[in-house]
Amino acid sequence: MTNEELKAKITELLPAATFEEGGQWLTINVEPKDWRLLAGQLRQDASLFFDYLFCLTCIDWKTHLTMVYHLDSTKFRHNIVIKSKLIAGNPAIETVSDIWKTANFHEREVYEMFGVNFLDHPDLRLLILPDGWEGKKPMLKDFEDPINMIKL
Amino acid sequence: MIEEIGRTTEGDVMINVGPQHPATHGVLHLVITINGETIKKVEPHLGFIHRSIEKMCESLSYRQFIYVTSRMDYLSSHINNHACALCVEKGLQVEIPSRAQVIRVLMDELTRIASHELWWGAMAMDLGAFTPFFHAFRERESINDIMEETCGARLTMNYMVPGGVMQDIHPNFQRRVKDFIRLYKSKVNEYDELVTGNIIFQNRMKGVGYLSPEDAISYGCTGPPARGSGVSCDIRKLYPYEIYDQLEFDEILETGGDSFARYMVRVREMNQSIRIIEQLIDNIPEGDFQAKTKAVLKLPKGEFYQRVETARGEFGVYIVSEGGTTPYRIKFRSPGFSNLSALDHMVRGSKLGDLVAMMGTLDLVIPDIDR
Repeated sequence: MTNEELKAKITELLPAATFEEGGQWLTINVEPKDWRLLAGQLRQDASLFFDYLFCLTCIDWKTHLTMVYHLDSTKFRHNIVIKSKLIAGNPAIETVSDIWKTANFHEREVYEMFGVNFLDHPDLRLLILPDGWEGKKPMLKDFEDPINMIKL
Repeated sequence: MIEEIGRTTEGDVMINVGPQHPATHGVLHLVITINGETIKKVEPHLGFIHRSIEKMCESLSYRQFIYVTSRMDYLSSHINNHACALCVEKGLQVEIPSRAQVIRVLMDELTRIASHELWWGAMAMDLGAFTPFFHAFRERESINDIMEETCGARLTMNYMVPGGVMQDIHPNFQRRVKDFIRLYKSKVNEYDELVTGNIIFQNRMKGVGYLSPEDAISYGCTGPPARGSGVSCDIRKLYPYEIYDQLEFDEILETGGDSFARYMVRVREMNQSIRIIEQLIDNIPEGDFQAKTKAVLKLPKGEFYQRVETARGEFGVYIVSEGGTTPYRIKFRSPGFSNLSALDHMVRGSKLGDLVAMMGTLDLVIPDIDR
């Protein structure tokens, strides 16, 4: 599908979605509460068929966090980027680890590095960081660690 | 040396594999739940070599950050550097001289062969055959010598820079690469004779660690693990970068989905890399090896993503720029991280001894997983 067709289709699924163009891929902004339902539709819909989540990450904009999902379709080879601005103070979004299994590990990484709470995640605990690092969120911009951090 | 560390409520035994274990090829810690010899669950504990490279990159300039990426997947360091250089070039919108493009692709493919050679030797060693390791290193050594001559390093090359490559190829480069191709072609039959056709090897690999195509995609598996399940995922073919769209090579696909299929994909891939090198080695265009770029690079505000095919699968660089001289946020999508997440699914119900074979066919490089 071309970007225009994708836009029309996704507007049909979620009228509240807003679009950004001009980047490499079509970017779709969604509210955290709408994400879970849309994700299921993106994966299941026969004409969209986004079955491959190739990147899941988070960006700290100092005032708020933004979740970024890069999706690819192995059938149609179209790509989209989904962004969701999380509520400041209590960053939470529903998990997609049952829709794309790769999200399980990636969400655990974002949870420990950024402190995003993935609701209904089956196994949300530290993956890379050692025990005792709960709640420290090292990838946030205001994180300071005088012992482990070497400033370059 | 296996020690029980706990029991589940059903009475299954939990044991540690790693972090110091010869079969994990690095510091990977797995907690395995077993019932007798049968594996019920595998739980990776990562982070023993986590350096937070993504955070480090936020304070490094666009020229500097490429050097740390060599330290992630150290067996594909050229390809990691290549991805970062391409991503920065995408933001700068510079044209790369064709000489640099050809040199980059040559280096990528030499790296791919070197990485697969090391994997092949280590894989056979995991299964108890020690001889193949030396056979693989004999060929790999000559690639390292070529790299050393041109890049000045044998492992972390840091040869690709935004705009091209750091310096021109060594005058001996073409001759030595051709020597290597001759050497490789005279020895490649030994690989099949030593390992591939071995009946003990085949019995340990065939039908072990099945991964269905649907699961491979869902777990985000790329590279040989996915292609062994018949999933077409070669970024060089699907989203061609540099000059890969002008080259003739095949994407290797196997449909077995088991350890043997993943093994065969890598062995056959080496021949395709040789094919690419043969097409290019006599056709390196004359000209500059580097485009003229400013001393201090500034990327415009925006987001840039570059996907490349490393020896282990799809590697992605995601740069978020605020218009400054350093990236605001960098994410490295490493192939090993996603491939490892499928391990638990693959090994459930298998015997403990097969775990090592399955980890071997995933070709895990731990710094690439931990970053």
